[in-house]
Amino acid sequence: MGLIDYFRSSRQPTAAIAKERLQILVAHERSERSKPDYLIALQKELLDVIRKYVHVDQDAITMTMEQDDSREVLELNIVLPDESERRPMHR
Amino acid sequence: MARIIVVTSGKGGVGKTTTSAAISMGLALQGHRTAVVDFDIGLRNLDLIMGCERRVVYDFVNVINQEATLNQALIRDKRNENLHILPASQTRDKDALTKEGVERVLNELSETFDYIVCDSPAGIERGAHLAMYFADDAVVVTNPEVSSVRDSDRMLGLLASKSRRAELGQDPIKEYLLLTRYSPQRVKLGEMLSVEDVQEILALHLLGVIPESKAVLNASNSGTPVILDEKSDAGQAYMDVIRRYLGEHVPHRFIEQERKGLFGRLFGS
Repeated sequence: MGLIDYFRSSRQPTAAIAKERLQILVAHERSERSKPDYLIALQKELLDVIRKYVHVDQDAITMTMEQDDSREVLELNIVLPDESERRPMHR
Repeated sequence: MARIIVVTSGKGGVGKTTTSAAISMGLALQGHRTAVVDFDIGLRNLDLIMGCERRVVYDFVNVINQEATLNQALIRDKRNENLHILPASQTRDKDALTKEGVERVLNELSETFDYIVCDSPAGIERGAHLAMYFADDAVVVTNPEVSSVRDSDRMLGLLASKSRRAELGQDPIKEYLLLTRYSPQRVKLGEMLSVEDVQEILALHLLGVIPESKAVLNASNSGTPVILDEKSDAGQAYMDVIRRYLGEHVPHRFIEQERKGLFGRLFGS
């Protein structure tokens, strides 16, 4: 490695960028992977129950599972239809 | 009972077949009866890297379909009598490998060999799945490069959930990191992920670091596992890997940049 290379490449340490991107990505993909298998079945059943009372579309329900150090949070978001406007309801 | 080692990575072109050839030859050199099996059905290449491509008569799929016996298909290495090669088939039939067939062949190999090295194809399709399904140990071959590290992490997820050991609730597959095509110079310049970076991201036990080396292409050109090139850095690094795998304490080498004189630093290659 010569002198010119040294000055040219020391400007942008791309390995640090690579590491940061990978840490974020791998953490995200691991959390996706560790999601329990029953989540999809649970989502479907919940939707069926709600549909007994209100008419909502298949995609009007989203479910996310988040994990921090001490607890897991299951968040359910259902968009209920309204005559005048669509009003989201959080639970 | 043989110990089954899968050499896997997810990503292609990172050095799985080079590693399978080197590890199997290394184990044979240490006196262990070793079989190396090519799971890359349709894209057979281990035979070429091992230098026995002209001796292939029957293959893995022939044995599974009982068109040939295992002994007819196994090729005995001419350099080391402990080493046998089971080549992949060149069939285009994607369903040629069956779980039952692979299990039967591995069981039969287990009767005579100490180690079975399974050279996995790239990807996460059937060949890759079956190569790791019956494994006891996994060597995850990774380049210090973003896509390779990501794919390795994906393979770790599969090793932990989609293997026989996982399904039967046995002890998990032992996973080892093998970092290949490593360039200490580029790491020092901040252009390449370091060993520590990759280990931090993947949280794996480091089996070894194989430096980027001209010896690897020379070895594959001539059909000689690079571990037989004892003078080369890559050959020595693979031999260290074997000794470490067999339980010896061998310090890691080829991680630091070689020291050069002042002249070399200023005008060097």
